[in-house]
Amino acid sequence: MAALLEINNLSIQFGGLRAVDDFHLTIEKGDLYGLIGPNGAGKTTVFNLLTGEYKPNEGVIRLEDRDITGLSTIEINKAGIARTFQNIRLFKQLTVLDNVKIGLHNQYEYSTAAAILRLPSYFKTEKQMNEKALELLSVFNLEDEADTISANLPYGKQRKLEIARAMATNPKLLLLDEPAAGMNPNETQELMDDIKYVRENFDMTILLIEHDMKLVAGICEKLTVLNFGRILTEGETKTVLADPEVIKAYLGG
Amino acid sequence: MKQVKSISRTSRDNIGTVLMIVAIYVLVQILNGAGLINNQMRGLLVPLCVYATMAVSLNLVVGILGELSLGHAGFMCVGAFASSFFSKLFAETMPVFPRFLLAILIGGIVAGIFGFLIGIPVLRLNGDYLAIVTLAFGEIIKNIMNVLYVGRDANGLHFSIKDQMALGMLPDGEMIINGPQGISGTPNDSNFTIGFLILLVATVIVLNLINSREGRAIMSIRDNHIAAGSVGIPITKYKMLAFTMSAVIAGCAGALYSHNLASLMATPARFGYNMSILFLVFVVLGGIGSTRGSIIAAIVLTLIPELLRFMNDYRMLIYSIVLIVMMIVNWNPKSRAWIQAHFGRKKNNEAGKEGR
Ligand SMILES: Nc1ncnc2c1ncn2[C@@H]1O[C@H](COP(=O)(O)OP(=O)(O)OP(=O)(O)O)[C@@H](O)[C@H]1O
Ligand SMILES: [Mg+2]
Repeated sequence: MAALLEINNLSIQFGGLRAVDDFHLTIEKGDLYGLIGPNGAGKTTVFNLLTGEYKPNEGVIRLEDRDITGLSTIEINKAGIARTFQNIRLFKQLTVLDNVKIGLHNQYEYSTAAAILRLPSYFKTEKQMNEKALELLSVFNLEDEADTISANLPYGKQRKLEIARAMATNPKLLLLDEPAAGMNPNETQELMDDIKYVRENFDMTILLIEHDMKLVAGICEKLTVLNFGRILTEGETKTVLADPEVIKAYLGG
Repeated sequence: MKQVKSISRTSRDNIGTVLMIVAIYVLVQILNGAGLINNQMRGLLVPLCVYATMAVSLNLVVGILGELSLGHAGFMCVGAFASSFFSKLFAETMPVFPRFLLAILIGGIVAGIFGFLIGIPVLRLNGDYLAIVTLAFGEIIKNIMNVLYVGRDANGLHFSIKDQMALGMLPDGEMIINGPQGISGTPNDSNFTIGFLILLVATVIVLNLINSREGRAIMSIRDNHIAAGSVGIPITKYKMLAFTMSAVIAGCAGALYSHNLASLMATPARFGYNMSILFLVFVVLGGIGSTRGSIIAAIVLTLIPELLRFMNDYRMLIYSIVLIVMMIVNWNPKSRAWIQAHFGRKKNNEAGKEGR
């Protein structure tokens, strides 16, 4: 069977800078995979390429054997990839519940007329959406914040809400860009438990970018290390983290 | 299941807005019945409904979709002319009720088509392009209406953008649109009750849309279009929906407006840039995104210059002061917190915190 995600020969150039150069990655269904590397290595750029935010200069991205290179962000989300953002991007003026319900948008349907005339299908579908959204929020212990305007959430909860919103789109592959950034050790520990829970209970395959080595070592089974846009090394977490090249790159070598 | 308070609060809020409109209508009818409304004020009732409807329409684009339109008077103008044109054509052949209903629909549909056509190239882009294009549209439409001649005779309709003579009509022909003189003799079908109904229907449609799956999609684009795309929201589609719907409502308001005028001319005072800005002022002072606020601002700012007419030269001074005071009341964080505490509007950031 084909891998869930297969990236080959992926490159993008910004002016004179090859931000990602000849990148490759294979993720099997069920993997919890880490993408690490020093600041500016090109990790977020890989996510932006994967989700169609940027178009690659070269390379092929396949999701379950389907070529998704060059599709729009919207189509790629529909194909089964959802993400969170390093610099949080919530729907700030809307409630926590509405943020997740927007993630549910493509899985529920009623007509504009049903909304305007408040036909029974409106009430029925909205009720289902509320239940589903609350269920997702409860995974991250956010159900008590359902009514809160999302901009008013503390930082750590905003990051979790982004994950809940991404999961609401029912993806096959979840991309998390520095989910623990700005969290204290307690919150990070909670987040690790949440990620493990999601992976087991929702059958989710996860690719994450993270600088917190405790988190990376704690939950990722495999890693790819990027440095200056190129792959430095890849493989089992333990082996990779013990690699002197990796340690050197992180120490600013 | 867990109670979601923000949902019930929002529907209470919406019912409040609808009740407010009904209450204003009833109040006006009572005052009118008691003979407390003078002629000058009575003449203002239909324009009040027109402007309040325009505020609801523009709020959908500016407050809910988060795009800027600087030419909404243009859509009103299109709706006004299209509907009046229709009513003039069928003035003798159709009874009032179906004719006016159709005229309103035609005003809305034609304005909606213009909105749709403008939206196709512009709404695919991110940035303030819509502001620029709508600004141009508003001015162009006004100018086209000033050079458009349409007449009817036994041979049918004649069009020209030169002058009346170029129509080449038979002597018994009748002018329908007469260049700068516009359309005169539109049947006077508008009245306060119909104006009230149009405002009410527009408000209910917009509020129900906002609180639906598609309305949330529209607001997600406003709040963060990159995130909206990342969760698969078809951005262009929902921008088009909101903008076209807004144009339709503006067109209906235009029909209401033109059927209240003995002669409809595309003058700058009626459909120019200043009017578009005035509508924007309603939305901004009403607290961008608040349908109720937009309506209140439209009513207050339409009434004040008239109520202060006796003060002559000081009129505009007081008008400006009211503008500034409304701005402060609506946008100062403290006064917003106060409004929140006393009236519990959902818009405010504190919404989730109380009542838990
Ligand atoms: N749109 C863009 N235009 C020009 N340069 C870009 C663009 N996006 C990224 N870059 C550059 O590409 C390089 C990689 O950036 P990227 O954000 O992918 O790094 P990162 O590995 O995510 O770093 P960090 O750990 O700090 O988040 C940087 O030098 C960055 O300035
Ligand atoms: Mg990054």
